[in-house]
Parts: sequence; C-alpha cells; structure tokens
Amino acid sequence: MITVLFFAGIREEVGMDQLQVEKQDITVSQLKEYLQTEYQLSSLQQVMVAVNESFVTEDETLKDRDTVAFIPPVSGG
Amino acid sequence: MRMELFEITHSPISVEALINKVSRREAGAITTFIGTVREFTKGKKTLSLEYQAYEPMAVKMLSQIGDEIQQKWPDALTAITHRVGKLDITEVAVVIAVSSPHRKTAYEANEYAIERIKQIVPIWKKEFWEDGTKWIGDQLETVEYPEGKPSKGESM
Repeated sequence: MITVLFFAGIREEVGMDQLQVEKQDITVSQLKEYLQTEYQLSSLQQVMVAVNESFVTEDETLKDRDTVAFIPPVSGG
Repeated sequence: MRMELFEITHSPISVEALINKVSRREAGAITTFIGTVREFTKGKKTLSLEYQAYEPMAVKMLSQIGDEIQQKWPDALTAITHRVGKLDITEVAVVIAVSSPHRKTAYEANEYAIERIKQIVPIWKKEFWEDGTKWIGDQLETVEYPEGKPSKGESM
C-alpha cells in the first residue's frame, strides 16, 4: 500500500489531502497515470514527486508503505 | 528549549530570535532577510495570503539549503524560519539570518538561501483578492496559473 499526499492546487482539484493506493512495485510515472485516470487529474505531468520526503525521478519504483507526495511548482519566500 | 536552525512555524516570527541563533564570537557580520506580504502585485490588490507546506519535507529542504551554504561558504552559519497559515499584508512570511566572520559571505549566503527556497522547498502560497483566490505557481514567480494549476504543455 502506498500513501499519496496532495498539496496546493492539486489538493483542491482532488478534494482530499491524501489517499491510500493498494499498489506496490510500480513506477512513479505508472502511479501518475493511474491517478490521472482514476481522478481525472489534469495537472500531474508538471509536478515534481517526492518519495519519503526526498525528490525522485519518474522511473523510481515504489515499495509497499512508501509515502509519495506530488509537489506542484513551489512558491514560498 | 532546543534550538532548531530550520523551522516551519504557524506563529509570527521573531527576527531577533533568528539573529540570536546565528550570533557567535567569530562573527563580524549578521545579515537578515525578511520576506513580507506585499499588497500589490502587478497592480492587483492582495487582501491576504495563505501559505501551505509539506512540513516535514520543508524542514528537511531548509536544512539541505543550510548544508549547501556550509559547502560553499564554510564559515557561514544559517538559520531560516518560514511561516505557514493565513498572513495579512506586511506580515513576515520568512526570515533568514546568516552570520560570518566577514560581511561579504553573510550577504552572498543569505541571497543564495532565498533563491533556493523558491526552487526546492515545498511551500505554496495562495493569494486572496477581492474577486477571488489563486494558488501561485512557479518557484521564481514568473509563471502564474489562472486555473490554479499548470496548463497542458507548460514546462516547469
């Protein structure tokens, strides 16, 4: 099982701040495709992804109990 | 109380507290950057802002910026606090304090810190106007997303 976290505009689009996905051993880009299909998300191609609080690339493989965060372009400061 | 150099807070930030964190006998200079909430951006009036953070990762990335500064300017000491939640005009959103033996390093490292915050720290701001709200997109404030998200084909 993978925990997925949403922030900012994506959080509002999905309408929740996190969800659990019953998957493992898939890549980040496969997870994105799955969520886009499942939730009709329009904005996942542009976002950065963090796994367990570190930035990763699209081909990173997700393990059971990983926490995946979608990081839209940041605007702190 | 344990002194943390890199923090996300939900309360007003004390600039003096950050100065005290980096103050030390070897320092001959301390620079502070204070990021505040601006009322007008390109003629549009902001009523208030809301900052949201992925807090544990934001603290990690702030501390990574501290490590990067340590690599580039070994004699600099950095403290950063970023506030989240709803902020009014003129309120302080972020404070960066850097101390170093000589002033040049303190200035340079401080500017480096704010530029890096705008690139890698998972914090987002939402603007509240008289006629609506919007999540501000891009890290360097050059791209804004009218729909609150990037349109298709728009690069980061």
